[in-house]
Amino acid sequence: MGTTSERLTVPRRPGGAAQRRNLVVGLLFISPAIIGFFAFTMYPVVAALYYSLTSYNILQPPTFVGLDNYRRLLFNDSDFWVSITNTLYMVVIGLPITLVLDLLIAFLLNLKLRGMSIYRTLIYLPSILPSVATAVVWLFLLNPNYGLIDGALGVLGLPQPGWLLDPSWSKPALIMVSLWASGGMVLIYLAGLQDVPTELLEAAELDGADSIQRTWHVTVPMVTPVVFFNLIIGMIGYFQYFTEAYVMTRGTGSNAIAGDPAGSTLFYAIYLFQNAFDFFKMGYASAQAWILFWLVVVFTVIIFRSSSLWVYYRGRN
Amino acid sequence: MTIERTSEQSRQQRRAITGRKPSLLASRRFVDQFRSAAAHCILIAAGITFLIPFLWMLSTSLKTNLEVVAWPPVWIPHPPLWSNYPKSLTFAPFGTYTVNTAIIVGGSLLGTLISCPLVAYGFSRIEWRGRDIAFFIYLSTLMLPYQVTMIPLFIAFKHLGWVGTFLPLIVPSFFGHVFYVFLLRQFFLTIPLELSDAGRIDGAGELTIFTRIMLPLVRPALAVVALFAFLASYRDFIGPLIYLQDDSQFTISLGLQAFQREHFTEWQLLMAASTVTVLPIIILFFLAQRTFIQGIALTGVKG
Repeated sequence: MGTTSERLTVPRRPGGAAQRRNLVVGLLFISPAIIGFFAFTMYPVVAALYYSLTSYNILQPPTFVGLDNYRRLLFNDSDFWVSITNTLYMVVIGLPITLVLDLLIAFLLNLKLRGMSIYRTLIYLPSILPSVATAVVWLFLLNPNYGLIDGALGVLGLPQPGWLLDPSWSKPALIMVSLWASGGMVLIYLAGLQDVPTELLEAAELDGADSIQRTWHVTVPMVTPVVFFNLIIGMIGYFQYFTEAYVMTRGTGSNAIAGDPAGSTLFYAIYLFQNAFDFFKMGYASAQAWILFWLVVVFTVIIFRSSSLWVYYRGRN
Repeated sequence: MTIERTSEQSRQQRRAITGRKPSLLASRRFVDQFRSAAAHCILIAAGITFLIPFLWMLSTSLKTNLEVVAWPPVWIPHPPLWSNYPKSLTFAPFGTYTVNTAIIVGGSLLGTLISCPLVAYGFSRIEWRGRDIAFFIYLSTLMLPYQVTMIPLFIAFKHLGWVGTFLPLIVPSFFGHVFYVFLLRQFFLTIPLELSDAGRIDGAGELTIFTRIMLPLVRPALAVVALFAFLASYRDFIGPLIYLQDDSQFTISLGLQAFQREHFTEWQLLMAASTVTVLPIIILFFLAQRTFIQGIALTGVKG
């Protein structure tokens, strides 16, 4: 993008007239986004803050309750803390597993072997399927009685966990499903890996580095920006984790509370959804939403701050 | 070629320094072939692991009630119960679901393709004061968890009487979407300024430059946006879950979930329905592979 001084001069009307015209035209072009920004972002965010200070069940007008919702959530609601713990489990355990495994898969996919496009297809395809379909298929796969996984484990003489019916295995099961569908992250890693400058790798090889050393000292640092990107995206995604858990552990009646078994899959987004659309506690749920917002902000800031310690940007350090 | 030789030289240097003769196991060719074979094995294992759920879904969809729960697992049902497909598609009105999905997806695709290029153009091809700051603010909304806007939007739509219609799922897409605007803007920025200037010299209005010059040039990016927007709308579950209330309005995703809630033991029917849900995406992928790859590259992490 060149600056005005570098361009071949196009005859322009003198003074601010051209600038004003550009301002008007520019704003006109982005006007849908301006409307969208205020209508679908700014207004709801402010409204959510307002609702969070009220008790509102839609049928009757909201009644102002001040910080009562927040007080109850933080000090009086064990389900709230259960949902936080479950969600943090996904973020603190599930996310690193996903990040590392996907990177390893990407390394594999980066090799110059035959049939690579088949593997890439197989690994990417699950990530673009509707999550409901993924959930239904895995619901069957993970069934302790007829599922393929426990069946295979049984044949190998290994213990067969109850997966989604067992509080200690339900989240690992969900992490497994999520890994199967994380092909998008793998491909983003792959793009990053292919971006590593070959001159650096060749130079390292000339200096006598074997392929493991080359990987650790050249490729990995070069790839840290991609890891950073995936880390942020993955974190935001896991904080909002909903569909698979909702479909797979919602139980069978319309009044069943998701979070069987024993509340082990009651994630933040699911509990929030229940409060809003099952119990019609709109104010309460709005408070939850705002707490989630700050939670994400805090984590994002922490990750951004830490990035200077481990992310290596070309042409900057 | 040069690299090969200098690695050879460095290997000989190492040999000269350490005075050791390399054994067969340490010889470069053996290690390379072993590595390659090991990599192949791991890849095949991974490939099979990723493939199995698909195969199992397909296989189960053709089974009888007994074959579904049989152990050892039946991989190829005898005979394949193709009737499971029409059966599952009539237990729940998947035809209606498909029409609903087509309307919603089509509508939101239209909105996205109309609004996002316009907005991206405004953020990239016109110089106006405060443009980049405005874009930065716009971009920051990506970080917002959808839960924050979900409830007030629902309440607002409820007051408008739009809950129980397709409108909340279609109308917002006519006002741009940050991610696609970002993608398109990246692409617009790569087009030389001279092209815009040439148009301006010729006296063309900005809109004409946009439609006649710019749009045709960003067709690959438009294809990527169309593809991703299609996928996002097709896969959407929470939106339909919140706003669609009657069975006759459900989308495919929502319909599948409702089907599962009611017929949760009839695995063969569930798998058949899942296969039908998933098939369009698989076909789409094979038809549009190049666009997918372009899309990932554009999502690109160059900052």
